[in-house]
Amino acid sequence: MDTQAMDAKMGAGGSAKPFEGEGIIRVDNLNLYAGKTHILKNVNIEIPKNKLTVILGPSGCGKTTLLKCMNRLTDLTPDIKVSGNIYIRDQHTGELPVFGAKTDIVALRRKMGLLSQRPFPLPMNIYNNIAYGLKLRGKYTRAELNDLVEYYLRQVNLWEEVKDRLRSPAVRLSIGQQQRLCLARGLAVNPDIILADEPTSALDPVSSEAIEKQFAALSKDFTLVMVTHVLRQARRIADYVIFMYLGEVIEMRPAQEFFEDPREEQTKKYLSGAFN
Amino acid sequence: MNISNHRRTRDRVITVLTYLAMTFVLLLPFALFIGLAAKSELLFRDNSLGQLLFSSQWRPSSGEFGFKPFIVGSLYVTLIAMLISAPICFLSAIHITQYAPRKAAKIVVTAIDILAGIPSVVYGVWGMVFVVPWLGRIAASLGIQSNGYSILAGGVVLSIMVIPFILNILMEIYRTIPKELTEVSLSLGATRWETIRDVLNRKALPGILAAFGFGFARAFGETMAVLMVVGNVVMIPSGLFDPGYPLPALIANSFGELGSIPEIESALMFAALILLVVVLVFNATLRWLIIRVEKY
Ligand SMILES: Nc1ncnc2c1ncn2[C@@H]1O[C@H](COP(=O)(O)OP(=O)(O)OP(=O)(O)O)[C@@H](O)[C@H]1O
Ligand SMILES: [Mg+2]
Repeated sequence: MDTQAMDAKMGAGGSAKPFEGEGIIRVDNLNLYAGKTHILKNVNIEIPKNKLTVILGPSGCGKTTLLKCMNRLTDLTPDIKVSGNIYIRDQHTGELPVFGAKTDIVALRRKMGLLSQRPFPLPMNIYNNIAYGLKLRGKYTRAELNDLVEYYLRQVNLWEEVKDRLRSPAVRLSIGQQQRLCLARGLAVNPDIILADEPTSALDPVSSEAIEKQFAALSKDFTLVMVTHVLRQARRIADYVIFMYLGEVIEMRPAQEFFEDPREEQTKKYLSGAFN
Repeated sequence: MNISNHRRTRDRVITVLTYLAMTFVLLLPFALFIGLAAKSELLFRDNSLGQLLFSSQWRPSSGEFGFKPFIVGSLYVTLIAMLISAPICFLSAIHITQYAPRKAAKIVVTAIDILAGIPSVVYGVWGMVFVVPWLGRIAASLGIQSNGYSILAGGVVLSIMVIPFILNILMEIYRTIPKELTEVSLSLGATRWETIRDVLNRKALPGILAAFGFGFARAFGETMAVLMVVGNVVMIPSGLFDPGYPLPALIANSFGELGSIPEIESALMFAALILLVVVLVFNATLRWLIIRVEKY
């Protein structure tokens, strides 16, 4: 499909770059097949740096898949075929293709933290859940490690709750605490981008709000891409919204515009709850 | 009304039945233990427990029953088998579940299932025809006096028998680890191998211990295949190419001809009791260990 046809398809509101300023992730004509199923169809978007971009869309439209493409977790699934590419912008090295024979996947993944739907603490104690990533990042002395572990636990407001039991298994924390630990763990590898797939859907309202607040705060220094099903949450914290439907990006707009003045038919239906 | 009464009765009957079945299963090991212990009692009239377990004098005709050669023989053969099979199972379980493409993994899994279904006699014959002569030649080339019937032959055949058994359990354990754990570790910038080494193996540790424990118990009691290649000479092996005489082989070999003499019958029951106790103690230790590492 050529670019013009694609622009037409994406509609007036779905221009590939609906923001001023610097983009950090550029998805370029991405198609993804699992076996014979066409899961992502001609996705062209650019994600702004140090903003919170929310991906919305009905279940099964490809949100998780798109997120997993960004740090190549799609590699874990056999028989996935990808065409097109995603580029990650970096001040030092320019644009880095995500899919490419020469791509340093480890370095690429280190640029992005990942927060999944349910927390998955590593089978280690609380301290080592943070230290694991730090040790992959570089050589630190014991004292430096201690300081950094504390720093990141403080950053997610978990330090006071766990400082007396850093050596106890992380799985003994409550689900909400586990999710904050997972966020701290992701931040500890010093990423530019944080990918989050429905990070609050398994949490109680209080923990959910804690994570949400964290995200709003983090979007000053990090690029956040978050999938959510909670429209109110998206309204509260999103800077930009990407709306997907059946594997396609229908529109990407600044959040306020998106909610107050949806342009596409499917978007209107989605916002009115027609897909639930 | 009637129907609901009927259903309630049935519910009660089922509860009782399941309870009885469970009790039966629980009592089995005790029944076994008590039966064997009672039958071995005769042996204790002329021999102390210490003598029975730690003496190497085996002269049934003069009433001397030292089981040490058999115990040591069993332990050696099992140890050799585990030393061979453990690394093979561990590495191939990782490869099959983490690296191999799905189709290749399926083929391997089928092959393993076939291996697991082969009767032990077949392994024994194969061992006699191929492993024993081959080891005999190796021994000759090393200048060691041996016809190949040896604890090493027993260990090799036994290892091949327990590999499918252990491997099946190990693969299941790696498969049940949530994929997200791998994703998490990779997304932190770990390589595939670092992920396996530091995350998956740690998560799998209790299961790995259990798998090797089951394998050990299985190998320790295996009779037929070992008996056919191990030489069955009552002695304490001092090298890999020496023959040995494991406990199960003793029981199987002696039962027909000598089982009618009360003292010998009693000795064989005692041999079975040792087998049972070793396996039980080993399992209990392992369980304790597993609970200790199962905190994640
Ligand atoms: N490995 C796979 N093989 C075949 N189909 C797949 C595979 N992975 C995902 N799919 C399909 O791709 C589509 C998109 O899946 P995806 O998980 O990305 O949806 P989603 O938007 O995240 O949905 P949800 O909101 O329910 O999480 C679904 O129809 C799903 O069934
Ligand atoms: Mg999803």
